[in-house]
Amino acid sequence: MTVVTGVTCPVCGTFCDDIELVVKDNVITDVRNACAMGAAKFLNYSTHRNLRPLVRKNGELVEASIDEAVKRAAEILVDATYPILYGWSNTSCEAIRVGVELTEEVGGVIDNTSTVCHGPSVLSIQDVGIASCTLGQLRHRADLIFYWASNPWSAHPRHIERYTMFSEGRFQKSAWRGYLSRLGGIMSRKRLRRAANLVLRRDVFATPEVERRLPYSMFQKKRKMVVVDVRNTRTAEAADYFLQVEPNKDYELLQAFRMLIRDEELDVSEVAGVPVEILEEVADVMVGCELGILFFGVGLTMSEGKLRNVDAALNLTRDLNSHTKFLIMPMRGHFNVTGADVVFAWQTGYPYAIDFSHGYPRYNPGETSVIDILCRDEADASLIIASDPVAHFPQKAAQNLVKKPLIAIDPEVTPTTLMADVVFPSAFVGIEAHGTAYRMDHVPLPLKKIVEPPKTCLPDTEILQRILHKVRKLRREQN
Amino acid sequence: MDIAIKDGKIVEKVDEKKAEVVDASRMIVMPGGVDIHCHIAGAEVNSGRILRPEDHFKDVEAKTALTRSGVGYSIPSTFTTGYRYSRMGYTTVMNPSMPPLEARHTHEELDDTPMVDKATYPLLGDWWFVLEHLRDGLLEECAAHVAWMMSATKGYAIKIVNPGGLEAWGFGRNVKNLDDPVRYFNITPREILRGLCRVNKLLNMPHTIHVHTNNLGQPGNYLTTLETMKCVEDLAEEGHPAIHITHCQFSAFKGSDWGTMSSGAEEIAKYVNHHSHVTLDMGQVIFTDTTTMTADGPFQYGLYQLSGNKWVNHDVETETSAGIVPFRYKRKSAVHATQWSIALELALLIKDPWKIYMTTDHPNGGPFTAYPHIIAWLMSGVARKKTMSKISKRARRKSLLPSIARELGFYEIAIVTRAGQAKALGLKQKGHLGVGADADVAVYDINPELVDPSKKYKTARRAFKRAAYTIKGGEIVVKDGQIVRPVFGKTFWVDVKTSLPIEVNDDIKRKFREYWTVEYENYPIPDRFLHVPAPIPVKAEV
Repeated sequence: MTVVTGVTCPVCGTFCDDIELVVKDNVITDVRNACAMGAAKFLNYSTHRNLRPLVRKNGELVEASIDEAVKRAAEILVDATYPILYGWSNTSCEAIRVGVELTEEVGGVIDNTSTVCHGPSVLSIQDVGIASCTLGQLRHRADLIFYWASNPWSAHPRHIERYTMFSEGRFQKSAWRGYLSRLGGIMSRKRLRRAANLVLRRDVFATPEVERRLPYSMFQKKRKMVVVDVRNTRTAEAADYFLQVEPNKDYELLQAFRMLIRDEELDVSEVAGVPVEILEEVADVMVGCELGILFFGVGLTMSEGKLRNVDAALNLTRDLNSHTKFLIMPMRGHFNVTGADVVFAWQTGYPYAIDFSHGYPRYNPGETSVIDILCRDEADASLIIASDPVAHFPQKAAQNLVKKPLIAIDPEVTPTTLMADVVFPSAFVGIEAHGTAYRMDHVPLPLKKIVEPPKTCLPDTEILQRILHKVRKLRREQN
Repeated sequence: MDIAIKDGKIVEKVDEKKAEVVDASRMIVMPGGVDIHCHIAGAEVNSGRILRPEDHFKDVEAKTALTRSGVGYSIPSTFTTGYRYSRMGYTTVMNPSMPPLEARHTHEELDDTPMVDKATYPLLGDWWFVLEHLRDGLLEECAAHVAWMMSATKGYAIKIVNPGGLEAWGFGRNVKNLDDPVRYFNITPREILRGLCRVNKLLNMPHTIHVHTNNLGQPGNYLTTLETMKCVEDLAEEGHPAIHITHCQFSAFKGSDWGTMSSGAEEIAKYVNHHSHVTLDMGQVIFTDTTTMTADGPFQYGLYQLSGNKWVNHDVETETSAGIVPFRYKRKSAVHATQWSIALELALLIKDPWKIYMTTDHPNGGPFTAYPHIIAWLMSGVARKKTMSKISKRARRKSLLPSIARELGFYEIAIVTRAGQAKALGLKQKGHLGVGADADVAVYDINPELVDPSKKYKTARRAFKRAAYTIKGGEIVVKDGQIVRPVFGKTFWVDVKTSLPIEVNDDIKRKFREYWTVEYENYPIPDRFLHVPAPIPVKAEV
């Protein structure tokens, strides 16, 4: 039995690197420090997976040798005139580097999952820029933390504990004591409510009134947290104040804050369902903080307004910097989606949706992003790695995707691998293969190899290299 | 005269019957170019790439049988960066600002930058360990920690940016002068500079401290620069430089505001001419659309307020900060034109070419691809006059350039573009063509005996734009300005051997979780992470 320390967790963008794993006979038997998502992956990753490469013959996926699968995949890519290579956010930077080279070689389009999550954030950043930082900066200094349209308690479970409210910094102390007392209050209220509902047989607390004043803790000189969301979440319960915004009204709310911060008057009594006097008080807290941070999630990027919402949020933090220090950061989802953007950018100049069909990198999201290409039915083959678009893309895009030859590289069995023509079962990067990945704040960390993969499961990097090698060989033969 | 090359080195002679012969008659042969300061890789450069698709659209490079595709202009993609340097005859390039926490990123990009040898300087001037140790007077411990950092980040030199100011920027503040204490740390920029200068000496680093001064980009800052140079005067050994002031142009402004801003080059040049402990690089401004990026967060914020352009800020915990603002230098702007003039004044007024080197602080003053233009301005009064006739009238009136007759010759150009830089960097095997040097050679198609560059500056400019041959490590990699053989370069890093390594490890381990949000064991970069690592062993005095 060995204990491996300092393991990075290949699940979400928080990318914790303090995981300890107990390994016995090439099997992970225990996980320490990880959240439920991380522990579940480390303990159960190999319970449901493909072990052999598959190639579709006469409509059936049949087992094949790795060489046969590589040959078939290379043939598909060489025969295609406009293939798409999509996914990348759940694999290592080393694999992504080969991926860009392969796309360039076959003159295709490469895109990562930013296209369906923070793609609009990238477009806004290209419009106005972004004032950001690494997460430790916030642990040490931030005294006002906004989570806007994101729910880290469920989606990035250790984010609050490691980097914001409950972390201990040099200049700011952890606020967990305040949370505990608040939690006590919340729990007893819930109990009361349940009891009252049982007795009276109706939901007595169904629509709580919006509080007309901020709680006392918001005016104290200590760390505080505000959550802005369309519904009450676990994160909202942990916050000092929860601002409930009406769905699709984030833009109005952000612009209202901008006006207040610029000392302009609002001629209405409420904005996006929030009374103006509350907004004024929150704006005062923003201006008066030592260092504020606004984390925003896909609730902002994928609701009505999309990139314009993010524009408003970025501009709000820009404005705030003339009063105090205020930063902003997107809550990236996959553990290496940031890395995918980063590698694409240093090799091609652009972070996603890159078209190599002219022989040089071209970027025009809306035209060169995969969903748009698929909806127009322009792609004639695809390679999907570490992603499951058949399950998650719009129906029309998914239909057009599976109509054409499809190569899937994935350790798991997914709807995409089930519909594919060639399937490469790969090793789990971060568990069975090493590499590099980028945390949501652009800090690069190593992915470790903890156990040996099954013999038939190669790392993504090696599978891609073999395909690239074969493609080059086939193209040389054709010329 | 023949130059013999074998196994990547310059040798006394080779078997002429078997050797491949490159005919460089009627051409200029120089050592491969060395760039002491250009931002080509890492977190901030890449954020600049992501920020500016509009910068790339106008300048693309298609894939060829030998080369990868990419985009260019002010922040080229990595492959394009390597190819473009090589086409100009450059073979060694130094990336000057690396946040230590994000060192892995910088090295991944440097590995994807082909054709040139490279190295990178970690930002250490505002690292908490440095501030605390220097405040407490623990010089040797500080040195041992810096040594650990060089090895952990695979760094080459101590980079100091706006000392004290970046820590203050963590809360949106800055420091005003060399004696303005940093809040919470009770240390002044002067103490940081002097401390790290002594640390640098204790560690026997090949390069001096590499300093971006306080108050950079502010009118009147030439006084801060003079003060910065003076503050380490007593620490220098006779004849040896102790400090490198980088992109000095941005730190040589006179005047009290932008209306009265003028050149402080004369005063700085006078000081440098009388002292031997300083080296400088120019930071030449080119009239073009470019992208400014430095670790100087407060300066970049000021530039954003001045220009209203898009702005990126990236503070790095415990260590440093960074900022990016796109910028266009305009001929007709009095300030920009004065900046253009200042860098040339510095280069021409400082008599000894071994003290000042040619850079644009790529991409801050303009992209490195503009180097041939700077060479033309340095070599030809006519070229300067021609540009002068197009700039702002107010800047022209104030400029010292019309009063300077000096024109550099080819030998001096070789010093300011390679030999001087290699010497300042302590790269003994670069920057010359003596026996034992690396076989990095640039051949330019211009006949120095026939062409007078002060008159035919366009011919010189053309020649320096496209090397006739670039030889890297003994292999012909460029011919007639075209890549003929793609190669990987080495990554140099300084492997400092100290007598205290174990205690340092314990101290750092103890503080690691307190200071950073990553684990100790995930911080250092293993040697095998680099594509072609080239450690330079150095024995420290601690």
